[in-house]
Order: sequence, then C-alpha cells, then structure tokens
Amino acid sequence: MALLEIRNLHVNVEGAEILKGLDLTIEPGKVHAIMGPNGGGKSTLAKALVGDDAYEITQGEVLFNGQDLLEMDPEERAREGVFLGFQYPVEIPGVSNTYFLKAAVNAIRKHHGQDEIDAMEFLELVRERARRVKLDEGLLQRPVNEGFSGGEKKRNEIFHMSVLEPSLGILDETDSGLDIDALRTVSEGVNAMRADDRSFLVITHYQRLLDYIVPDVVHVLMDGRIVKTGGKELAHELERQGYEGFEDNAA
Amino acid sequence: MSASTETIERFTEKGYEAGFVTNIEEDRVEPGLNEDVIRFISAKKNEPEWLLEWRLEAYRNWLNMPEPDWQYVHYDPIDFQSISYYAAPKRDEDRPQSLDDIDPEIRETYNKLGIPLHEQEMLAGVAVDAVFDSVSVATSYKDRLAEQGIVFCSMSEAVQEHPELVRKYLGTVIPQNDNYFAALNSAVFTDGSFVYIPKGVRCPMELSTYFRINAANTGQFERTLIIAEDSSYVSYLEGCTAPMRDENQLHAAVVELVALDNAEIKYSTVQNWYPGDAQGKGGIYNFVTKRGLAAGDNSKISWTQVETGSAITWKYPSVVMRGDNSVGEFYSVAVTRLRQQADTGTKMIHLGKNTRSTIVSKGISAQEGQQVYRGLVRIAPTAENARNYSQCDSMLMGSECGAHTFPYLDVNNTTAQLEHEATTSKIGEDQILYCLSRGIAEEDAVSLIVNGFCKEVFRELPMEFAVEAQKLLEITLEDSVG
Ligand SMILES: Nc1ncnc2c1ncn2[C@@H]1O[C@H](COP(=O)(O)OP(=O)(O)OP(=O)(O)O)[C@@H](O)[C@H]1O
Ligand SMILES: [Mg+2]
Repeated sequence: MALLEIRNLHVNVEGAEILKGLDLTIEPGKVHAIMGPNGGGKSTLAKALVGDDAYEITQGEVLFNGQDLLEMDPEERAREGVFLGFQYPVEIPGVSNTYFLKAAVNAIRKHHGQDEIDAMEFLELVRERARRVKLDEGLLQRPVNEGFSGGEKKRNEIFHMSVLEPSLGILDETDSGLDIDALRTVSEGVNAMRADDRSFLVITHYQRLLDYIVPDVVHVLMDGRIVKTGGKELAHELERQGYEGFEDNAA
Repeated sequence: MSASTETIERFTEKGYEAGFVTNIEEDRVEPGLNEDVIRFISAKKNEPEWLLEWRLEAYRNWLNMPEPDWQYVHYDPIDFQSISYYAAPKRDEDRPQSLDDIDPEIRETYNKLGIPLHEQEMLAGVAVDAVFDSVSVATSYKDRLAEQGIVFCSMSEAVQEHPELVRKYLGTVIPQNDNYFAALNSAVFTDGSFVYIPKGVRCPMELSTYFRINAANTGQFERTLIIAEDSSYVSYLEGCTAPMRDENQLHAAVVELVALDNAEIKYSTVQNWYPGDAQGKGGIYNFVTKRGLAAGDNSKISWTQVETGSAITWKYPSVVMRGDNSVGEFYSVAVTRLRQQADTGTKMIHLGKNTRSTIVSKGISAQEGQQVYRGLVRIAPTAENARNYSQCDSMLMGSECGAHTFPYLDVNNTTAQLEHEATTSKIGEDQILYCLSRGIAEEDAVSLIVNGFCKEVFRELPMEFAVEAQKLLEITLEDSVG
C-alpha cells in the first residue's frame, strides 16, 4: 500500500483555485522531490496536507496509510506521522524549544497509547538529535525560533523532525537560507532517517540539495498540477533548462 | 483560518470554576452609609478615638468628592446607600488559634478552589492570614515570625496591639483624600493585613493572605499596611477568588507599602474575582488604590500581579521613589474576557537621585473584553539620572475585544533616560498551526502561547504562586474538554 496517495486534489486559497487537480503517490521508503516555479502551489500542497484551514479542499482525496487524511484534524495528522518543515517557521516567544518538543512528543505518545516520556530519556534524545543535525545546544533552551537566524530556523525544523520521527517528512524549502556546510549536515540528518517505512517529500528550487538527498522520484509542479515526473536526472535537466519547456504541458 | 478563531472563542467562554457560595451566618449592619455607621464600625472594633476621628474626616472629605469618570470603563452608577458596610463571621470572639480550628465549611471552600491551606503551608512554608469576608479568621506561623520581631496580623489586631505603628504610618503613602475610593475606604475599612518587619530582618517565609468576598451586597474595604524597616526584606502574596453571584459587588481596597533604607518589599497578587457572565451581568467592581513608598536610600518595591477576574478593574499599583538609588518595579498580566473591562497600569514617581523603574505589562483580551494600559512615569526635577524601562504588550484573541495603551510621561530633569516599547499582536493563527502540525492539541497550543507571552511576569512570582497563576490562566482561557 502506498504511504500517501493524492488523487485529483483541488485547493482554493481566498477563493482562488491554486491546486487544480493534483495527483501524487508516494510509496514507503521513497524520497520524492518537488520542484517548480514560484507561486506554482508547492507550499499550498504542503499546507493542505497538514490541514491548514486557510486552504480549502474543493475536490479530490488524500489517503495516508489507507486512511482518509482530509478527515483528520491537523494535530491528528501529525500524531499519525505527517510532519511539515515549514518554509517560514514561526516564532513562539517565551516557550522553550525543549519544552515545546516535549509537549509534542507526549501528545504523539498519548495518541499511540504510550506513557509520557521519562524526563531523562527525553533529555538524552534531544541532545543526541541536536548533535546529529549540529544544532547549537544553546538553541534548545531558547524560545522556539525566537531570534534564530534564518539558517538556524531551518536546522531547527530538521531537528524537530528527527525528534518526532514521522513516517512522512515534508520539507518545504528547508535548503534555502542554509550555507554549504549547513546544507550538508541537514541533508545528512535527513539521510540518517531514511528507512523502509519512512518517506520524504522534499520541496526545493535547487538541484544542489538533491546531490545530498538523492531522490527516487522528481516532480515538476506548475500552475497547480504535476506537469512532469521523472528520476533524479530530471532535476539536472531543470537546472540546465529552467521551466520554460513545461508550460505547454501545464496549460 | 476561521476555525482557529472559532476555537479561541470557544476556549475563552469558560465557565467560572470558582463560583459557589459558602453558607455562614453573618453579623452585619443594615445597608447605608452615614456617620453612625462609621461610629458603629469603629466601636465594634474597639478603636481608639483618633482612628474614629480619622475615619470621620475621610468620610466628610469623600462626601465632597466627585466620583471619577476619566477612566475607560462603563458601569451603572453605584448606589452607596445600598451597600452594607460591615459583616463579620459569627464567632468573632473565639477565633481559631490554628488552621485546624477553622470552620470545616471554610476549609471546604478553599479545597473547592484547589487551595488546600494546610498542604500549602507544609509544602511551601507559607504563613496564612486568611481573610474571610471582612475579618481575619485564621492566622498561622505567628509565633515563629514573632521570634524575629515580625508582626503579621489583621489590621484590627494591629490597631489594638501596635497602635503607635498604625498611627505613624496609616495614610502616609495614600492620604485619606487621595482619590474618591481611597477616601471611602479610609472611612469604612473593616480589616486587612498588617505587616511589620524590623530592622535587618529578612522574613523567612512568604506571607500570604487569601481574600474572599462572601456576603451578598457587602462592599469589601480592606486596608493593608506593610512596613519594612532598614535593611529588611519581605515577600507578600495576595490571592483571591469569589463565589458566583448576580449583584455587582464593590471592592475598594487600599494597600500601602513603606520601605526604609536598603529595605525591599515584593508584593504579588493573583486576582480571580467573579468576572460577570457573558452578558456582563454580575461580577465584582474592583477599584483599588495600591502604592508603595520607597522612602529610604537603596530601597526597592516591586509589584507583580496576575489579574483575571472582576467585571471592572481600576487599579494602578504605584511606586514613589523618594530615596536615592531606590527602585520601583511593576510586572503585570491582565486578562479581560466576556464583557470584562480593565483600566489598569502603574505610576512610577521618581524623586530621588539614580532612581530606576521597570514596567512590564502584558494584556490579554478575549471575547468582548476591553483593556486599557495607563502608565505614568514622572521624573521630578530632583531626580538626577533617573531611568525607566517600560514594555507594554497586548495580545488579542478574537475580533470583538480591544486593547488601548496610554503612556504618560512627565519628565522634569534632562538627565533622565526613558525607554518605551509597545506591541499589539493577535494570537497568531500561524503559531497555532505550527503547534498543531507538531501534534499539540489546540487548547494546549493556546495555553503554551499565552504562557510564553506572560513569561517575563510569571518569573517574577514566587515559585508556587507562578504555578498557580499559570494554572489559573489556563482554566480562564481554555476549555477543559478533552
Ligand atoms: N494564505 C494565502 N493567502 C493568499 N494567497 C495565497 C496564500 N497561500 C498561497 N497563496 C497564493 O497561492 C499561490 C501559490 O503559492 P505557494 O506558496 O503554494 O507557491 P510555491 O510554489 O510554494 O512558491 P515558492 O516557490 O515561491 O515558495 C501564490 O499565488 C500565492 O500568492
Ligand atoms: Mg513555497
């Protein structure tokens, strides 16, 4: 069974149709990359999948592990294993990063009928994962994203993902704002999580990221639809040619 | 994200959890105010002649004062003749000597509020002077405090046992005719707390008083006086909650603090009086005058408050920094929801050299709650090198609430340095989505965000109180369903 199956998805934002019949299937263990021009609807897809209610689903269906994802509340989707690394992570003043993550971890555990995590165990987990993505330990106690640099915010998203261990990790332009070294460590963090029962949907503008996180499938999303799907070589092609040749398909 | 807004509104429509009435027979005067009533109160309390005269003078002043109308709150005129000005628990003479002697019904009341007194004392070492209606019914740890010369008792007791101290300080920080409600209080105050910390003594525990308003139609007029002698320290906690009731209840307290050379007073309040229902019916009118005089050099007075209750709040805890190098602080969280109205803030009056003040005000408005921050910073010509930092943040939950900020500056010395920051934010729907997308439930997300917003104030509260305050904010702003 596919991990994620999107069929004919139509999404409106503020009355305008942004996704216009999108189909996408992701098998367990696979890494899919989505590329495409600005404003094409990549973030819209990501937000619709996590259940942001500014994004109105007008048609189509989404199955996650065979279950109707669109029927679930946003927090339930997260507890079932959907994670989004935001393109623009928000700040939560006064709430420490660790405290926040602990609330998240325990909410997810509760959903699966598990006890709250032991405080020491949690601390160790958090430290280990912070090291893995080379997140400065100081950022663990700071308020969530407050005053973080652009790169630190992105790194923090990957850190959250590695603590929460979702079965679907959606990364929306996690590479933008990262310097070369950061790009490498973040990618290593993602690669370390690759597993037979975990998939990724990586949204990016740059082939460079895909040198580190090598995708199984690459899609081009334009004007609300997937206009082309291929292997990792498609990303190279896009890097050379841009999106011009795809416009006809999209129309 | 309309659904989130809806949820926020649902969360804030929380019923009043502390609403219930204790059935205690009262010993009270008929409603109405005149000189005879004042004489009755004074006689009932066996007061010296000077104090009766002082009350009568305040009353005569009050008769000639106009009721203030400049504040940003709206309410029907108060009929002062319909209020009963004295109520005491029945067994006035045989007051309990320890908490174990307290009426089980009262203890039950506290238990319902989630404030098990005995446990709190044991756990936190808090001495409790519980004010039930207008008269103190329980005092503890007095002996231990007395060993160090600390006086912690009801105002009535202080009048009997330490009349010289009361006479020396009463009304010196807040004069009888300071304002309309302070004048009324001076005329009819029934009880309150009295604290005296001798020279060089650091009070070994937090002193705590739980106030409750219990009798229908009984205005509460507490009078509290705290004196910290040279190089002494005291932390005082005031917490309150009230039963659900229909009539509006007037509450006009006066709190005076005096800190002498190198002394420090920390005064913390958690206020959770009945706010009225969703239509604005019922609820407490809270018109309080609180002022501290940092009289001595290097003295410090710090007010911290968490205000979630009352239909109308009108309150400006202030500090007059008279001593050189003295410090004034004000940390406040105020929540207005339903139809609550609050006009609150602080006054920092700099008289001495190198005086420093800090103001951190966090306002949260939900539903149809209306809130005003009104802050005055006055730098007198004598206040060389005075400094003030003010920060006023407002958070709005929903679209029908409001927040307004009126900072007043009156600077009369060019060496002053003042810094002011103000923000207004909507509780971020993107913040809530971020929490949801990590698996955190919506009500937990709201309390997480709100608690984060208030952190700078909560960390000024004593530990146990901070936990209580956080819990109070949660139950005030959230649905317990789930
Ligand atoms: N919340 C919103 N309100 C109004 N318009 C929106 C909103 N979200 C997305 N849109 C619009 O939908 C379209 C698609 O936006 P989206 O963010 O999905 O693009 P994208 O493919 O992620 O672009 P980029 O590569 O620049 O990140 C844009 O025209 C955008 O302005
Ligand atoms: Mg985008």
